[in-house]
Amino acid sequence: MPKKYHIPIKTAEPRFRPIGKYATIEFREDCAGSCKHCVKKTCIYGIFKENYEHFSTMDEPEYLYNCQSCFRCVQECTRGIFSRVIDPDYRTLGDHYWRPDVIHRLWYQAHTGKIPVSGAGYRGPFAGAGFDSMWTDMSEIVRPTRDGIHGREYINTCIEISRRLTPLTFNQDLTLASEVPKILEIPIPLLFKLPPNLILNKSILISAAKAAQTLGTMMFIQPEDYTEALLPYSENLIPSLTRHNFKDNVDLIHKSRVVELEYAPDIDESLLKIRELKPDVIIIAGVPLDTHQATRALKLAHTEIDTIHFYADECGQELNSQDPRFLKEMIREVHLVLVDHTIRQKINLVFSGGIAMAEHMAKAIICGADGVVVDNPLLIALECRLCYRCRDGLSCPVELEDAIDPEWGGQRIVNLMGAWHSQLIEVMGAMGMREARRLRGEIGRSMSFEALEMENFGPIFGERKVAGFR
Amino acid sequence: MKSKREIIELPKILPVRSRFRNTMAKYIIRRNSRCTSCGLCAELCPYEVHPRYDIYSRPIRPKDHKCLGFSCRENDFFCVKQCPEKALTLSLNPLLETLGDYRWTAEMLLGHWEMAETGDLPMVNLEYNLGNSGGGFDKIRFKLAHPKDYLDISDEKIDTSVQLNKRHDGRPNKTISIPCYGGGMSYGSTALAVMVGRARAAKRLNTFTCTGEGGYPLELLPYDDHVITQVATGLFGVREETLLFTPIIEFKYAQGAKPGLGGHLLGDKVTPEVAAMRETVVGNALFSPFPFHSVYSVEDHKKHVDWVKEINPRVLVSVKVSTPTDVDMVAVGSYYAGTHVVHLDGSYGGTGAAPDIAKKNIAMPIEYAIPKVHKFLMEEGVRDRVCLIASGGIRNAMDVAKAIALGADGAVIGTAELVAVECVRCGNCESGRGCARGIATTDPELGSMTTEEWVEQRIVNMYLAWRKQWCGLLRQYGLSSIRELVGRTDLLVHLDYLDEQERIKYRPAPREQLVI
Repeated sequence: MPKKYHIPIKTAEPRFRPIGKYATIEFREDCAGSCKHCVKKTCIYGIFKENYEHFSTMDEPEYLYNCQSCFRCVQECTRGIFSRVIDPDYRTLGDHYWRPDVIHRLWYQAHTGKIPVSGAGYRGPFAGAGFDSMWTDMSEIVRPTRDGIHGREYINTCIEISRRLTPLTFNQDLTLASEVPKILEIPIPLLFKLPPNLILNKSILISAAKAAQTLGTMMFIQPEDYTEALLPYSENLIPSLTRHNFKDNVDLIHKSRVVELEYAPDIDESLLKIRELKPDVIIIAGVPLDTHQATRALKLAHTEIDTIHFYADECGQELNSQDPRFLKEMIREVHLVLVDHTIRQKINLVFSGGIAMAEHMAKAIICGADGVVVDNPLLIALECRLCYRCRDGLSCPVELEDAIDPEWGGQRIVNLMGAWHSQLIEVMGAMGMREARRLRGEIGRSMSFEALEMENFGPIFGERKVAGFR
Repeated sequence: MKSKREIIELPKILPVRSRFRNTMAKYIIRRNSRCTSCGLCAELCPYEVHPRYDIYSRPIRPKDHKCLGFSCRENDFFCVKQCPEKALTLSLNPLLETLGDYRWTAEMLLGHWEMAETGDLPMVNLEYNLGNSGGGFDKIRFKLAHPKDYLDISDEKIDTSVQLNKRHDGRPNKTISIPCYGGGMSYGSTALAVMVGRARAAKRLNTFTCTGEGGYPLELLPYDDHVITQVATGLFGVREETLLFTPIIEFKYAQGAKPGLGGHLLGDKVTPEVAAMRETVVGNALFSPFPFHSVYSVEDHKKHVDWVKEINPRVLVSVKVSTPTDVDMVAVGSYYAGTHVVHLDGSYGGTGAAPDIAKKNIAMPIEYAIPKVHKFLMEEGVRDRVCLIASGGIRNAMDVAKAIALGADGAVIGTAELVAVECVRCGNCESGRGCARGIATTDPELGSMTTEEWVEQRIVNMYLAWRKQWCGLLRQYGLSSIRELVGRTDLLVHLDYLDEQERIKYRPAPREQLVI
């Protein structure tokens, strides 16, 4: 049997106490003191253990990372003096897009490598903007690949980075006439790119490169960050070059299997020159999602580029636009324009910006991407709180500016991506899909909010008068 | 039509207190040390917020959850104003911020606890009919009724029953007295006391509860006429005799919260008793496959239906499916395969354990699936020969009524029954010892927190409170039976489909930004 793709998950404890959602409030003046029935001693999750063992030092509210919200302490305290609030620090995590609950779940996955599983039903809004306005479909009866948890290893999540040749031509004796270029596959549909505007240092780079190597995927890297220490990972690094600096980085091109080339109107010329330097190097074009993406995609598809990497801002919004669209719409646009020109097959598209959860990866692929590029979650895996203090030159609350252990850092990222990979397989299994490549652009395997409203509510309620979700 | 209306006998409401010393409430009323225990507040308050006993003269902590809150200011008996010592203060409870979520808001939880306790609708101004999710049921309202439509009859004369067998195939004509029955929760996922309590409640209410996939504990036998045997993909605990015990067999193809994934019971919950019932190994996690390995087509499905009909000649068959885009085809296929009840489970339904990604993303919410299937069955001309039951994100009495008006015959209720027995929806049903509140657990210590009688009466109380809401609604439109409400989409409006001036006539959708 061929070797199966396996991600080595191992618990990697956080270095700092993560910010929990809750904090306690006690009206201590009414406390009975040494109450035999103190709810802190009877908590079935034992979350107050540290606290009651050091009773005398209880001088501030406790911040509860592990509180499971059973409310028994609140309801059973003999004096009724116990209450809870939301930890004010929790509210300040991240921003409107990278919400506290998203960051919290990412930490959990980086810590344990497990899929977040819980009891009770869904608890969020009905639908929302962006990726939250679509549901993935499932197939009720026919499920070719899935047998409970068994059979999931037969779901293939590979994607290609190399360009495809279509159509193939054959000789009279049915041997291949076309010269097929080298195929480069990565086993999961995601690539890495560390966010440039958060902390970026040597140990973080090594951690991420190590994780990329373990996972068999690749990481974009700026040539100035490409130090000696990263050489052992050169197979998994993609130097991001421009038409100005590629000549200064000839050695990097020689070391790399793949390079990224920043889009410029005369990208063809630089492309040819790089190919002259190393004929079999795979070239990814880096293109901003700045309203010109469709025409550029079409243009690039007709060149010798293998893959296009489109990037939006960190919240998945269009760049330089008065009325910015979200990543989802832009993926549709680019994918469809290439489909319309019957050239989509030849080229691979990867997208970055705003990929925050495993479901975003699956939904981006459904919308038409081949894969996604992960940015902020890499740092969140290393306990980043997205407090953005580093942008103001302030110290990092989890000391990321100091060296971290790359073993630990790499494992945290592997864990997070391992959990994402498992989740991708969950939804693909439910859809009855066997290959990530076949999921690409399979909009029929999803349902959109707008379509469901129109189809099912339209005949009942008439015309929708309100746009938006809340 | 109005003559000879039968008087329906309803089970008795009994007050059932919370198991916990401190109730959670919307308002907090505090008594400070200035209190001289004069007893005036106890005398004044008609809602018994201030308990006082003849043999005990010291002040007792107020019962916050009975307090009307700030709206009481208008009243002569407003204790805060009347207190001669100014010893009482009233405030909103900040705890509410940490309770509930977009779908089950804190007030909806509190409201249902109150209904389960009293069998009546809460006196406190709680929004228990609408969640905060910003779509679906939370944006759908019943149209303002014309006063001349009002039908002046008592609750006892209003029919809330649902007929489950509409096929006229010689099998028993089962009717349930409320338009709801209990969802499947397996032996192993909930405590036995909860399971038996639900069955007892089902018997009292003349409806059903469902075993879920985990076998048929013999403790349920006294209530066997009201227990559905579920046959799910893992076939755990399914034996010929359990198919013979039951008046209805439910084939579970998929569950709304995790469609396409199969059930999952974590190893911690597989105690020796659970393992014996399921014929498996103690401590090993149990996965149900997906799908039925013997069903890969509608013909295979028909073969299954035929088998169980052959084994038990009096049984009715229900088919539980989730809501993919072709749910209408699945429903009509099930009908032609011989099913009596088509049960649609929407994607926002409850579960004992499911990946968060599945709960949020896979399959469509039930609000879309009901009209889709109803319309398709109508067009096929078979709607009146099948009973359409909806579940999955139907949280309260008004959700049930909206589901019926959208085209369902009735609803299956899971989460709300657990909320009636004081579930806080913390979501830790699955791991370790299970539910800290003694509901979804197989831990002997935690499982002993509830008793069958307590569970039974709490659930009976909640449904009787719901029934009052349904009766109130039906009366407004001049309807005397909930069967007349089926498919009456003309009685519904959706706030997002109304003009501004129309929309302001309806209660706005709650829209606080919550921290989840």
